[in-house]
Amino acid sequence: MIEFRLQTHSGVAPYLQLVHQVRQALRLGLLHEGDQLPTVKDVASAVAVNPNTVLKAYRELESQGLVSPRPGRGTFVTGTLSDASLVEHNRLRRDLERWLAKARLAGLDEESIEALFVNTFRSGSQAESA
Amino acid sequence: MTAAIETAALVKRYGKKTALSDCTLSIPTGHVVGLVGPNGAGKTTLLQLAVGLLQPTAGQIDVLGHKPAEDPAQLARVGFVAQDTPTLSTLSVADHLRMGAKLNPGWDAYLAGQRIEELELDPDQRAGQLSGGQRAQLALTLAMAKRPELIVLDEPVASLDPLARRKFLQSLMASVAEQQVSVVMSSHLVADLERVCDYLVVLADSQVQLSGTVDDLLATHHLLTGPRREPTRWPSDWLVIEERHTERQTTLLIRSSAPILDPAWAVETVSMEDLVLAYMGLGASQHRRDGDLPGPRRAS
Repeated sequence: MIEFRLQTHSGVAPYLQLVHQVRQALRLGLLHEGDQLPTVKDVASAVAVNPNTVLKAYRELESQGLVSPRPGRGTFVTGTLSDASLVEHNRLRRDLERWLAKARLAGLDEESIEALFVNTFRSGSQAESA
Repeated sequence: MTAAIETAALVKRYGKKTALSDCTLSIPTGHVVGLVGPNGAGKTTLLQLAVGLLQPTAGQIDVLGHKPAEDPAQLARVGFVAQDTPTLSTLSVADHLRMGAKLNPGWDAYLAGQRIEELELDPDQRAGQLSGGQRAQLALTLAMAKRPELIVLDEPVASLDPLARRKFLQSLMASVAEQQVSVVMSSHLVADLERVCDYLVVLADSQVQLSGTVDDLLATHHLLTGPRREPTRWPSDWLVIEERHTERQTTLLIRSSAPILDPAWAVETVSMEDLVLAYMGLGASQHRRDGDLPGPRRAS
């Protein structure tokens, strides 16, 4: 069973934070197929969050094919976030490290690097969703 | 569907002072509604009108399709926790539950007992000896155990420390999940409201400035930053809530359901806090302009 947490002021909608935490747990192998997610009431009560927010997060995960509700029993993990991508992590990390070295060499400080990354990432994902 | 609270041109005056003017609002059931606004904006007045503790000077208010406090059935439908979560200091926790059972036809003694146990309150303790957090929890228990369809909370956590506040909201959310009760609560603590509310009403300057589901409001408001523009030529489907200009830069908070396509604007999403502050400010600036156009200005 995983435990949720919520950050206000993060700029990320509460329901998305819950979605991300489940996806993260799946990616890190903390949640497996067949595991049960905490009930809506348990999450609402533990995190002090609106039950509708939890429902919305679970519906989103359902539409992503990662969980499915079993009437009267709860919500269960039915999908995985491909392990294949884990293998790629090392290679991508090495690429990123090389890129970071280049950025530092070009005189960017931590803050500029982060800003550049976040900006590029955002405009990339906006272009994708547009 | 019946609205939780529906008002039409609602007015409340205390002598010469206007607490609510021309307040028209429709809040659907099934939400946890956050009611925010500066002190003196009329929040408590609106809530007390909704539970029938006050009578309107003019206009209409219906709660769950009925006049507030019109008969015992309506009283049973609505739970209310007033500011400072009042309890009777010389009575014990158990006395409060017995009183609740006597006064409320739909009293759920099992639920009340269970909550007291979960909260680890000593039934024999007098309410006057409870901590602020415990008193608030007791008041919430009394309001919940009458099994209302709507619960109205007037700044329930204002005087509590952060831990007691979190515990109060946890048990409130557990109750909402369990009993599917609609909630309307006023608060200044936007961070709390961000967690628990899915519907927002901003009251300022005795009028409703903003009302809607949080998802809708966040999706249709945008913060735009770009090179300075002349403030007269905004697209017609923009509602400009806030604008600031420096020599080089223009910053706008706008409401628009259409996507912002002009690449000269850097578009950022807004938080609930941004919205609350902007719309509260709207009330204040209206006041300064004294009788200028009410509400946000639609671009011409």
